[in-house]
Amino acid sequence: MSTTASPTGLADPDELDLRLPVSYLADGHSVRSWLLTTDHKRIAILYAVTITLFFFIGGAAATLVRLELATPEADVLRADTYNKLFTLHGVVMVWFFLIPSIPNTLGNFLVPLMIGARDVAYPKLNLISWYLNVGGGSLAVAALLLGGVDTGWTFYVPYSTVFSNTWVSLTVLGVFTTGFSSIATGVNFIATIHLLRAPGMTWFRLPLFVWAMYTTSLMFVLATPVLAVTLLLVVAERTFGLPIFDPARGGDPVLFQHLFWFYSHPAVYIMVLPAMGVVSELITCFSRRKVFGYTFMVYALVAIAVIGFFTWGHHMFTSGMSPYAALVFSFLSFVVAVPSAIKVFNWTGTLYRGQVGFESPILYALGFVGLFTLGGLTGLFLASIPIDVHVQDTYFVVAHFHYIMVGASVSAYFGGLHFWWPKITGRTYPETWARFAAILMFFGFNLTFFPQFIAGYLGMPRRYHVYPPEFQIWNVLSSAGAAVLAVAYLMPLGYLTWSLLFGERATNNPWDATGLEWRTSSPPPRQNFFGSPRVQGGPYNYHPEGVAPIHDQPRLPSQGSLT
Amino acid sequence: MSSADVEARPREGHPDIEARLREPWSDLETDHATAFARQRAGATFGIWIFLASEVLFFGALFLTYTAARLANQEAFAAAGRETNIVYGTLNTAILLTSSLTMAVASQAAEKGLFRRLTLGCLAATAALGLAFLVVKGFEYREDIEKHLVPGAHFALAQAPAQIFFAFYWLVTVVHAIHLSIGIGLVTRLIAKGRRDPDFLKENPQVEVTALYWHLVDLVWVFLYPMLYLPGRSG
Repeated sequence: MSTTASPTGLADPDELDLRLPVSYLADGHSVRSWLLTTDHKRIAILYAVTITLFFFIGGAAATLVRLELATPEADVLRADTYNKLFTLHGVVMVWFFLIPSIPNTLGNFLVPLMIGARDVAYPKLNLISWYLNVGGGSLAVAALLLGGVDTGWTFYVPYSTVFSNTWVSLTVLGVFTTGFSSIATGVNFIATIHLLRAPGMTWFRLPLFVWAMYTTSLMFVLATPVLAVTLLLVVAERTFGLPIFDPARGGDPVLFQHLFWFYSHPAVYIMVLPAMGVVSELITCFSRRKVFGYTFMVYALVAIAVIGFFTWGHHMFTSGMSPYAALVFSFLSFVVAVPSAIKVFNWTGTLYRGQVGFESPILYALGFVGLFTLGGLTGLFLASIPIDVHVQDTYFVVAHFHYIMVGASVSAYFGGLHFWWPKITGRTYPETWARFAAILMFFGFNLTFFPQFIAGYLGMPRRYHVYPPEFQIWNVLSSAGAAVLAVAYLMPLGYLTWSLLFGERATNNPWDATGLEWRTSSPPPRQNFFGSPRVQGGPYNYHPEGVAPIHDQPRLPSQGSLT
Repeated sequence: MSSADVEARPREGHPDIEARLREPWSDLETDHATAFARQRAGATFGIWIFLASEVLFFGALFLTYTAARLANQEAFAAAGRETNIVYGTLNTAILLTSSLTMAVASQAAEKGLFRRLTLGCLAATAALGLAFLVVKGFEYREDIEKHLVPGAHFALAQAPAQIFFAFYWLVTVVHAIHLSIGIGLVTRLIAKGRRDPDFLKENPQVEVTALYWHLVDLVWVFLYPMLYLPGRSG
């Protein structure tokens, strides 16, 4: 199998001439054919390369932070360097890894395939969005190389505008630029899903992943411009001395926080809705069962996207706001938990009496459900004002949002990556290693972040490089967990790269999954399909309607046929 | 969608529909005329979504202004009296007229019958846009001479008046950047339309440019009362 392996042998058309069109990977090998491509699948690969790079940059910063926190004293880093490292970690992970992670890699690759389209609606815009992302990322990395930023990823004024002497403007411009890449992606996905669905692919036959991408895109389009304005105001105040938020001249720094969180709270849902989409696909496939309550899963996604726009104030309970406003924001933050809980119950309902297999993608998905539940429930603590006042700015908050953003979203990203890896690359990876990494990631994650709940509840504040010695036990546990987690993240980098070179060729549908993306070759040709897909039924046709799956569920024909 | 299709559908037998189809619309399993109609609809749909994004962009700026003005009403009134209402009103008239010429150009191109009218109106639109920028330039010079730039030498005593002028400079520059992009897009249409007689005919790019142009105008319609009218009533 692997005798002819070479980097370009990924999809070697000479190996077995079936007179099929060449795969998208073999359709041109020059650098130009990649950097000027308008193929949504190749752009997905370009994004995957850049976000992997950013993931490990952000991860390296986190590693140094955890190393410093292993002891109560400052022994590895000075306070200043520590501030710059956690800022770097936050900025890179949020804007250059998590936000583009699932939408721009898996989403770019899969949305046209799943709806039976040849490409996204605006292929050139899709490529431009990648260049905007790389441009913004380069500015942020340049700021890092020139000396870093110490404001934290939130760029709160007046510190960021009046006091900080670091490269704030450059970093902020980097984030500003990459915001337009998000908007471009959002416009593209919305138009693609509206206009390019295959005949028969009605809205309520769309796979849940596509629905997740649709709702995420709405947030991209409607939330990101507010961030752009907020960042523009910071740059204007810092660089041109235009005092919008300056309290000395009657400005209001809390207004910055409102504008910032109007974007950044929906941004949390930008990170987790795609993850929910991925996990819905994985759980239904590996339990060989139709997804439980498909329509309610759709309504839940839409409800989260809508309500998610109106909960931003819960980041500001201690910043000073009217008690009535706080009450409304608290209530809405509880309300947004309802559709999230519906999704968890429906995933559980899908697993119930399913023929659950334990391949690596479902291990990641099950990990997601557990971590998302814990992160979501602790979110309810924080939505309740008295508890929030107690744990505001402590490690409790840090643990909570890492459970959602890292535990849930990153697990789902890895799950999706393993699930669609054979489709994307045409190769299979070593399953044993993958299962081991999935389990290690779950335990490493909990070891890292669960102790932070306790330390935070006991009162350890975030963003300090020294702390009272009584918190050391929790920090040592956390740092040990970070080491485990680092290994778990590096392992896929190793065996997935190995699989590109030496992995066995993947079949067209290795998981016996439904869905149009499995109705084409692995990897797909430039045209995506060998004919024009027509869709004849709803998604997740793993067993007949109204009948529970039986033991040794037979593999039914898929959602659509090719001609 | 279907009604838009019918409306946007070009007459059958258009000679170069096939040449104008682009990916991914060229691969749709329909005849070229329908595919072209969907490509047109797709372009318009995309710009509407982008405009929704722009509305949130300017909406956030307007919100910032509103919050600051509510907190500092007297200073904002004093600052508003310092702006030059003659230039502001003139520019409002210029920009609204440019929307008219842009709308005529867009309709003429869609009918596909009036090439010279289309080109003429596009040229008038770009010229009016440039005129706006020129007037704005004179206004900026006067503002700088009157020390209306926030900072140590600011003309007004009230500190919050600086916030008004911070907003003034930021939002007019952002608007001018948008307008310059619009002028660039219109100029591009003129250049291509002059070279290729069939370029503008039924081309969705004209409508897309027009929609963007109208948004930039509409933003100014909000900016005019916000920047020039405070403190001037009674």
